[in-house]
Amino acid sequence: MTARRPWWKTILGLVLTALMLFPVYWMLNVSLTRTGDLRSSPPQLFPTEPTLEGYAAVFDQQLPALGTSLVIALGCVLLTVVIAAPAGYAIALLNLRGGRTLNFVLLVAQMLPAVVMAMGFYAVYVRLGLLNTVWGLILADSTIAVPFAVLLFTAFMSGLPRELLQAAAIDGANVWRVFVSIVLPMSRNSILTVSLFAFLWAWSDFIFASTLSRNADFIPITLSIYSFIGNNTTQWNAIMATAVVASIPAAVLLVIAQRYVAAGVTAGAVKD
Amino acid sequence: MSTPPTDAPVHPAAPAGREHTTVLPGGGSGGPGRPGGPDRPAAGQGPSTRAAAARARRRLSRSQLAAAGFAAPLVIYLIAFYAYPLMRSIDLSIHDYTVRAFVQGDAEFVGFSNYVDVITSSLFAQAMWNTAVFVLVSLLFQYTIGLALAVFFRSGFRLSAILRALFLVPWLLPLIVSGSAWAWMLNSDNGIVNSFLSIFGIGQVNWLTSPDTAMIGVLIANIWLGIPFNLVILYSGLQNIPEELYEAASLDGAGPWRQFVSITFPLLRPVSAITLLLGLVYTLKVVDIIWIMTSGGPANSTTTLAIWSYRQAFGTGQPDMSPAAAVGNLLIVIALICGFIYLRVQRRQEES
Repeated sequence: MTARRPWWKTILGLVLTALMLFPVYWMLNVSLTRTGDLRSSPPQLFPTEPTLEGYAAVFDQQLPALGTSLVIALGCVLLTVVIAAPAGYAIALLNLRGGRTLNFVLLVAQMLPAVVMAMGFYAVYVRLGLLNTVWGLILADSTIAVPFAVLLFTAFMSGLPRELLQAAAIDGANVWRVFVSIVLPMSRNSILTVSLFAFLWAWSDFIFASTLSRNADFIPITLSIYSFIGNNTTQWNAIMATAVVASIPAAVLLVIAQRYVAAGVTAGAVKD
Repeated sequence: MSTPPTDAPVHPAAPAGREHTTVLPGGGSGGPGRPGGPDRPAAGQGPSTRAAAARARRRLSRSQLAAAGFAAPLVIYLIAFYAYPLMRSIDLSIHDYTVRAFVQGDAEFVGFSNYVDVITSSLFAQAMWNTAVFVLVSLLFQYTIGLALAVFFRSGFRLSAILRALFLVPWLLPLIVSGSAWAWMLNSDNGIVNSFLSIFGIGQVNWLTSPDTAMIGVLIANIWLGIPFNLVILYSGLQNIPEELYEAASLDGAGPWRQFVSITFPLLRPVSAITLLLGLVYTLKVVDIIWIMTSGGPANSTTTLAIWSYRQAFGTGQPDMSPAAAVGNLLIVIALICGFIYLRVQRRQEES
């Protein structure tokens, strides 16, 4: 009985997954279709004569944009962890006075629409000359991840065994030593989770890129795809090839770190 | 890559998450259990009490100093990158900023007139309506489908862990990617959706180019995007419901539907509430997906408040920052009101 019952569920699960992932498959399919076949009716369900012309266009035109996105996303990861990890430590383990208020502020911060933030950043950046710079985008994009990161670090670090920290304190380690040699190494999983999300969010940001960086020499990949759609509506195979390439980080990270993804969504959800 | 890698590590975070619920409300109250805390030495002997208390206070204030030091970067960050831009956006909304005034900084103060203009604008009612439809329909379908899938995956069948992981893919893709994929699938002439529908004799639907169906088009994409998030949270909520309850219920002869109605759904209520609140706050501020697919058109049929704000500020060659900021700030107020209603309801439930 136990062997038989799950089988139809597995099949149903496969069907549902296939349905859910159909747009992803379709993207892949279109990216390999020849330009002449794009408008055939009905559309080809799979590339009968696959072509790499779309991908050739990607490597011709999109490499700088991919590089820009990589730099921005990595910068965001670094900035987010550096700001959020000590704060999580202070709230979770150092009994920071006003920690509750800080948590409330972080909750509210997550409610602010990116459009409003973008306008504020625009107004500030015009004066500071940060428009169209990689630095400006790193700073702006990090605001998507920082509140989430602090809440996640706080949640994780308050679960660390206090005895260990106390033992270290008795051995004469000061708070900084405890943070660097005990708390950070033990929080490795939450650092990975935070990094994963900060990377993906910065990588896929469109609003800040389209408002703060539209005339930059080096634009991130999302903006590049967007301008591609505007200029070349006929070349859907190239657009979809770019989209496939832009999705690679997500795919890779999902395979390597799927457990952290689930953990991160969950921790981010139970936040008040 | 089947069961162990996915299932096991989800749990370490689940306790952390649960811990979080209990820790946060009591946030700053950690004092008692700490070594050398103020309570112990001051327990009651005469002369040494005062000195001990002073020592304890000194130690406490030193540890508070350290705590403040660790939190300082965050506080500075919050002021510089949240409070200040937010202040600038409020400032934008109560002045009349032109492109020239933007650079020179001599915009005229106009008080609330931008807000009055926005609210009396003919677009306001439509944007409010579109926002409400977009948010409520998205939430309804994302939640229902997410819950059904969570219950389905909970029964644990072969490959369930890896299939559940694959369900996360849409959520991890950049929105520009999924937005353009959907735009192409819903294309009137060459889209796969229309050619599929034509099998059933349904004629060409102008998904994104007709004001009657554009909202449905962006809703389909947005619901698809939100399912993974709902699935993951609700699934982890289901994991916290003790298995014994189901065993007892099935001993009493309750079928799957009865078990769902009497056990799963009621026990899942707190998690459902959080899921819906987060979905609400997120959906209210969605710009990317709508902008990429329809830019708010045709004929404003997909213009939500967020899209309206974005278009005025950045969507045309002629940036009109001040009314855009007014619309954006109204959006914040709506999000905050929803948040506070949620907190009120939650508190009342805890009391009863």
